[in-house]
Amino acid sequence: MTGDLLTLAVELAWWQQTGIRAVVGLLAVLLPAGTLVYLFLFKMMSFMQSRLGPMEAGPYGSLQLLAEVGKFLQKEDILPAKADRVVFKAAPFVVLISTFLLVLVIPAGPDAWFIDVDTGIFLALAVSSISVIGILMAGWGSSSKYSLLGGLRAAGQLVAYELPLVLAVMGVVIQAGTLNVQGIVMAQATGEIFGWGGIGNPFIITQFLGFAIFLVAVQAELTQPPFDMPVAESEIVTGYLTEYSGLRFLLFFIGEFATAGIFSALAATLFLGGWYMPGIDPTSDLFNVIGPVILMGKMILVAFLIFWFRFTYPRFREDQLQQLAWKVLIPLSLVNIMLTGVLKVVF
Amino acid sequence: MPPTIKIPGLVKGLGVTMRTMVRTLTKGSHTVQYPKVKETPTPRARGVITLHEDNCTACMLCARECPDWCIYIEGHKYKAPPRRLGGKPRQKNALDRFDIDFALCMYCGICVEVCPFEALFWSPEFEYSEPKIADLLHDKSKLGQWMETVPDFQDYEAGSEAKKAQVPR
Amino acid sequence: MTAVSDPRQMAYIAGQASDARVNVEIETEGMTLNIGPQHPATHGTLRIIVKLDGERVVAAEPVMGYMHRGYEKLSEVRTYPQVTTLVNRIDWLGSFANEVPFILAAERLMDVEAPPRAQWIRTALFELSRIANLVLFLGDMGVQLGAVTPVFFAFRDREFVLNQIEAVTGGRFHPNFDRIGGLKDDLPKGWIDETKGVLGRIHTFCDEMEDLVTGNEIFQSRTRGIGVIPADVGLSYGLSGANIRASGVDWDLRRDGGIGLVHDQLDWKVWTHPDGDSFARYWVRLQEVREACDMVDQVLDGIPAGPVMAKVPRIIKVPAGEAYVETENPLGVMGYYVVSKGDLVPYRVKIRSASFNNVSITPWLLEGTYVPDVVSILASLYFILGDIDR
Repeated sequence: MTGDLLTLAVELAWWQQTGIRAVVGLLAVLLPAGTLVYLFLFKMMSFMQSRLGPMEAGPYGSLQLLAEVGKFLQKEDILPAKADRVVFKAAPFVVLISTFLLVLVIPAGPDAWFIDVDTGIFLALAVSSISVIGILMAGWGSSSKYSLLGGLRAAGQLVAYELPLVLAVMGVVIQAGTLNVQGIVMAQATGEIFGWGGIGNPFIITQFLGFAIFLVAVQAELTQPPFDMPVAESEIVTGYLTEYSGLRFLLFFIGEFATAGIFSALAATLFLGGWYMPGIDPTSDLFNVIGPVILMGKMILVAFLIFWFRFTYPRFREDQLQQLAWKVLIPLSLVNIMLTGVLKVVF
Repeated sequence: MPPTIKIPGLVKGLGVTMRTMVRTLTKGSHTVQYPKVKETPTPRARGVITLHEDNCTACMLCARECPDWCIYIEGHKYKAPPRRLGGKPRQKNALDRFDIDFALCMYCGICVEVCPFEALFWSPEFEYSEPKIADLLHDKSKLGQWMETVPDFQDYEAGSEAKKAQVPR
Repeated sequence: MTAVSDPRQMAYIAGQASDARVNVEIETEGMTLNIGPQHPATHGTLRIIVKLDGERVVAAEPVMGYMHRGYEKLSEVRTYPQVTTLVNRIDWLGSFANEVPFILAAERLMDVEAPPRAQWIRTALFELSRIANLVLFLGDMGVQLGAVTPVFFAFRDREFVLNQIEAVTGGRFHPNFDRIGGLKDDLPKGWIDETKGVLGRIHTFCDEMEDLVTGNEIFQSRTRGIGVIPADVGLSYGLSGANIRASGVDWDLRRDGGIGLVHDQLDWKVWTHPDGDSFARYWVRLQEVREACDMVDQVLDGIPAGPVMAKVPRIIKVPAGEAYVETENPLGVMGYYVVSKGDLVPYRVKIRSASFNNVSITPWLLEGTYVPDVVSILASLYFILGDIDR
């Protein structure tokens, strides 16, 4: 993670700084994706199903990811005959662009950040909607009935769940008083619970409703069960992903898990305190080193919840999904905002 | 009497998966990591058919009863020397060829059951897959080699009137 | 626009036409979708041509026959033990149950009755195959609706039942154990105690399914009120088994049929549910698994001593005549109509399989439902392709 960090150590040329930023950004996207895929998709899902998961590739199957990547890379690149080539090929990249833009906003230490803008959260929520375009492109560009069905379902679902996502974050913003993500982390780090500043003031305590709504909305944004109608495998054979194979599917796959990881990291930043750990002064340089590790740990914790729900529940039907969003989540999040506003003034 | 709190089904479901995960982590999973660990099948498992050649008289009953016609038998009659001095030469059957094509075999067991001379037996061995299908035709000698893997017949449950047969060794 | 006004005929023609276009053209109104024959939702190669209007089904038609293996024709040239072997493979999940009605029909023709010990062991294996079959259903309906975990629990616990069947018969999936006049062999030592332990595991599995699936609010909202089959419609289509019991019809051939097994000497009850929706069908089968476990428990306690095979000649020639025997198989009512002319081979065997009738209700049932509900309904009707197509 760069930002101010690079100017402290040694004076690097602009292109070298950008190069390091790009590499670190790539790592910041791929590392959560890989960790989540291995830990949760391979291992946790297997243990919850009373089996072992991959065990052959590497010790305890840790190199299974490499095997999967290799497998996808060597597959034939199939394009449906009547597919719209440009749209079909561009769709995975649009989804990935949204992921990469999202990771820029999350800080991993007091000086370790990519960008530090005053409207950080707003930017994050805005760019996360770009993936919807990518999914629609995939559904349309595949020129297959199954894909179209999946794409249409996805469009409705993702747009509907953007709102609870945004509204849940509003509560945090009101409590922190700033849209700046670093500011939100600092507010949690330096805050106090009824006068006791021992562990700071992680917003999950007061914003538990917002946290719950955020998690549900994230699950829907990622099209994970119980909200995976668009990729309902037993019905429309992975929906908008049906015609993608090989490298293109790998891009979607990485995009899905990377987005899961980054949303978890965002949830950890907004509700659990981000890179801060109680006991150490928030402005110390130590956090620049251990901050990423702490953030990773909290991300894994939140992702555990997301994946736990994923492996346990069957999926909602599309109209039930929409009902949940519009009739339950949005009113609840509005109530949450109201309460937060009132209590913020009171206390 | 405090009111019983009804735990919503969603939470109970989470409990089940969590419990299974903890059980798998602490007590191990049900997965048997073949081929490093192998489970032994039950003694009656129908793995492979074996031939005890001494008992076979090439009566062709098994070849006839097989639903798939996967048993190929060829035999000839010959005259054996008389048992006593001055007696007639005895006509005996000799077995030339006894092949079972396991690519066709349905593992139904009719041949084993129908054999009147107890020349065919089941063995629980199952690891005999071959890269070439033609190698799945087991000839007389290979079928005889499987005899070593045939387990003894099991005792029966209490109340049974069946008599335990013996495996010729 | 066209001369065809009947919507179902239109659906059929559109379905045939859509094959030629190979799913290339996208119509936004009145889309025809082919569910299957290769599809994760259908248990095998069933093809359902569905005409959609948005996400609503306007017409549906199942196309069967992709797995037709010619059982009835094959039976005309196979001896009775050979037919028994073949018949295992009709309903391959609970395969001992397929042999029973055929053997009973042949026994009726031969006027031979199996000794009591054989009848009791037959009942035990019959109910064990019911458990094996329905346990898979309990997990499988979960996965059709998106819950990936129950199916693994189902396969895990089904292994124990299959191991027990293997310990007796030698084959996990295709026991080939029933013979005219009794059974092929007797029980090995220790089998009764082992099986009782397995039954405890199945009870735990049922409780887990109750927590994980039936108690789950999402599952309930996906299945309650979906695919309601009124009792009279179900009976007129020939539904049987848990499908019709879930519509409130109290009919079970084990109790009402007088078949040659020992169910009338056991203490058990028939489970029905008044609703007739997908949830009811799942719930009834869950209770049936528990009931079957208790039945096996009682049977194992009461197996009488004695021979396991009646006196029958070595080469079986069934005297001329016809017999029809139906039993309450895991999937529904299965019947065999055996016509014999006094030969080694039957003259004609007609198989009345449960799933064929269960699937025949899909055109009526799927009309007006949503596409996700199609999967929920098909999963809850629970057919096996080998049973439909034979």
